[in-house]
Amino acid sequence: MQSEAVAADASPDAGASPEAGAAVRITGLVKRYGAKTAVNGLDLTVARGSVTAVLGPNGAGKTTTVEICEGYRRPDAGTVRVLGLDPVADAARLRPRIGVMLQSGGIYPGARALEMLRHTAKLHAHPLDVDALAARLGLDSCGRTSYRRLSGGQQQRLALAMAVVGRPELVFLDEPTAGLDPHARHATWDLVRDLRADGVSVVLTTHHMDEAEELADRIAIVDGGRVIAEGSPEELCRAEAANTVRFRSRPGLDLASLVKALPEGSRASEPTPGSYLVEGAVDPQLLATVTTWCAQSGVMPERLAVERHTLEDVFLELTGRDLRA
Amino acid sequence: MTATDLSRADLSRADRARADHSPAPGAAPIGRMLRAQTALETSMLLRNGEQLLLTVVIPSVLLVLFSAVDIVSTTGPGARVDFLAPGLLALAVMSTAFTGQAIATGFERRYGVLKRLGASPLPRWALMTAKTGSVLVTEVLQVALLSVIALALGWHPHGDPLAVLLLLLLGTAAFSGLGLLMAGTLRAEATLAAANLVFVLLLLAGGVVVPLAKFPSAVRPVLEALPISALSDGLRTVLQNGAAMPWGDLGILAVWAVLGLAAAARFFRWE
Repeated sequence: MQSEAVAADASPDAGASPEAGAAVRITGLVKRYGAKTAVNGLDLTVARGSVTAVLGPNGAGKTTTVEICEGYRRPDAGTVRVLGLDPVADAARLRPRIGVMLQSGGIYPGARALEMLRHTAKLHAHPLDVDALAARLGLDSCGRTSYRRLSGGQQQRLALAMAVVGRPELVFLDEPTAGLDPHARHATWDLVRDLRADGVSVVLTTHHMDEAEELADRIAIVDGGRVIAEGSPEELCRAEAANTVRFRSRPGLDLASLVKALPEGSRASEPTPGSYLVEGAVDPQLLATVTTWCAQSGVMPERLAVERHTLEDVFLELTGRDLRA
Repeated sequence: MTATDLSRADLSRADRARADHSPAPGAAPIGRMLRAQTALETSMLLRNGEQLLLTVVIPSVLLVLFSAVDIVSTTGPGARVDFLAPGLLALAVMSTAFTGQAIATGFERRYGVLKRLGASPLPRWALMTAKTGSVLVTEVLQVALLSVIALALGWHPHGDPLAVLLLLLLGTAAFSGLGLLMAGTLRAEATLAAANLVFVLLLLAGGVVVPLAKFPSAVRPVLEALPISALSDGLRTVLQNGAAMPWGDLGILAVWAVLGLAAAARFFRWE
């Protein structure tokens, strides 16, 4: 049921030379906390200049994986290279080159928003213009507000600004849009797109399938501490394959002649009386075949709908549960 | 103010002038990082109302109150303020280097501030140096304020300023080590409670306002080995009695400093 594109160890490619140029290269990563195995043989390669979404439910091992890349924890097994460096042994060389947004917190409660952003800029050699960045993320209006008095969304955007202000080569964003309203969410997405356009590599974790679909060049679906599927959003959604056409008409139509007209590998069924389902590689030709058959049969296909597989469906198929569970 | 204040106008304005985000990574020069971090740590400390209560208001009020009112009987030569001023200078050092630093660092650890700074170009030693710098800046302000109040109350300090400086520095090192040990190992709430409790206990039993001579002789050797007792006794020996270097007290402080800082370096957890 899995195509090649979603096989567990699909080719990591995307860049011209992933071996040499990978922003992140993780092989066989294992991390245990006591008796609990948080990451269990995870492989992931992030091409330079790409946006990679690590998608998975809570407890899948996303944050642990990202925090190992950031040098916060040592792996129990496996190797991790970030920009070609060991995140723990080469921490002093790596830290100026990466930007980090933690899942929450990380800022002095009494520090004012702009004060904190300006401070972070001072720790870097060639920071972005602080005022322009603050304005772009809507932080200028609350620049003199202390962190503890910022709204949740403003706190998130400040943490994001702090992650990118040092002009890093690689940015790790741990659930960057959790709790954001739609405007702020789009501002965050726009910034991520600009980062990629300017050659910055981005690794982000998310529960939001639409976010992964919207932003990511590559998506790694993580569950139980492993990558269970990996590919571009299109590959994962199998845009061409296994989609469905639904319509309603009078019950009891003879589907045998429809199946005969459909291409190889397609199926037609009537799950409930009067409700019809055609499954297969849905393309304009297939749709035309269905409607032509309807015309020949003298029936009107009502509520005709073409349904694509969503990442949600993919995730449900792979894990048997909801992404947000 | 809510997240919705990010209006469409903000976004379209940002679109018009799109900044260049192309990578240009690199750490700032270490001197700039140290200055920036020290300035930030200091303003965080001075902006915190509870901290100011602890570091400025309490020592000042105690100095005025006990100098003016005959609640405790003081010992040694000179006026009451000549006994009290050195004790309250010692209390000021303890309040900033130990209590204040422990509570602030404990909550910074809890809120992930130390974790986030750990991923920045700022080395850990530089963070600790900046914290020490902010403690010293605060202490300079405390000593200046308490000295002005004490002089207004008729204080006549004696002795070698170098000995006083040495005592204050070693006291700061001793209390910093103990404060960071507590902040780096206990939960933030436990640190808050314990640091305040220790502050009150040492205020009462560390020779700050109550002479150690008033305590039973059985417990006196134990109390005299406390860092607060060594600091207040050392400062009193110099400032009240005009004695030379109080080597005994300096030795006690040095031992606490080495033990505290070594234990903090060994057991401090950043998350």
